[in-house]
Amino acid sequence: MNASMNYVDGNAAGGELSRIFAVDITSAEGQCANCDAKRRFAEAHLYLQCPGLVARCSVCGHVLLRLANIQGRVLLDLCGMKRLTFDTTKQSNATS
Amino acid sequence: MTWRAANVVAVHDETATARTLALAVRDWPGHVAGQHVDVRLTAPDGYSAVRSYSIASAPISDGHIEITVERLPNGEVSPYLTQEVMVGDELELRGPIGGWFVWRMDQTEPIQLVAGGSGIVPLMGMIRSRRSAGSSARFRLLYSVREPEKVFYRDELRTLSNQGDSVVITYAYTRVTPSDWPRPAGRIDAPLIAMGTWPLTLQPTSYVCGPTSFVEHATDLLIAAGHHRERIRTERFGATGERK
Repeated sequence: MNASMNYVDGNAAGGELSRIFAVDITSAEGQCANCDAKRRFAEAHLYLQCPGLVARCSVCGHVLLRLANIQGRVLLDLCGMKRLTFDTTKQSNATS
Repeated sequence: MTWRAANVVAVHDETATARTLALAVRDWPGHVAGQHVDVRLTAPDGYSAVRSYSIASAPISDGHIEITVERLPNGEVSPYLTQEVMVGDELELRGPIGGWFVWRMDQTEPIQLVAGGSGIVPLMGMIRSRRSAGSSARFRLLYSVREPEKVFYRDELRTLSNQGDSVVITYAYTRVTPSDWPRPAGRIDAPLIAMGTWPLTLQPTSYVCGPTSFVEHATDLLIAAGHHRERIRTERFGATGERK
């Protein structure tokens, strides 16, 4: 299978990220620190074939987020995103 | 979000390789059509595996949801859920998850659903949600599937398509077609998009779900046909259809 098809949508990270964030991050808009594109986090390309998860910008491929579970600690790297914007009017049932 | 106990209250085979599980979930807060849950299985030695499954049922606040699971040949979780699990068994479940790939009952614009294989599951959740909400939003479904025997929810979809104003359904078979089918087997293409989806003038919102290669292909076709990227929402299952 083509390696470029080895990703899913940022949607799929919702459960894992709900361990950390109080609101749904997948419907938030993230701005890529590399190309400035603004997209919903749900639209990022998510790679799961690693010890944790890696989300890349769907426009330029830059790493937006890395999360690793190591011996009871969660390491979260968000430096690939300049900004996350949350729409607080549509959070009902998104996480609970 | 914490793990909740979920009891299997019914099982139902959709195809030879796919099974729907009805689950009673403790303290279930309700969901929005299109959301998914994570299911965790833990072995006696402590090894655990988590997979995501879309919710197939309409949001009804009685603490029950349904998921439909396709069995994957080398899957870690799906063979158990489709062959071993029995009514009365308990699973661990986390959800509902996701606020982007959702259809909300206050959406009134025409909706174009595009499913590849088991990508039908969250879209069926939207179709059922539309019906249970009494919504008059216009829905259309383009359902690409390998062969007629692989169609999920066959009787329910047939009933829906026979009811005048409900949901317009177009099937596309990729390997084997019914005997009298006008279109040869093959993946979806531009003529099929033109024939089987809402015209641009209606400004539909599209939801595309399936294996990653299918979603890429279908989304490219929609954009080539003039649909705006901002009005297309996608959910990819990955290379194999394995959701993990």
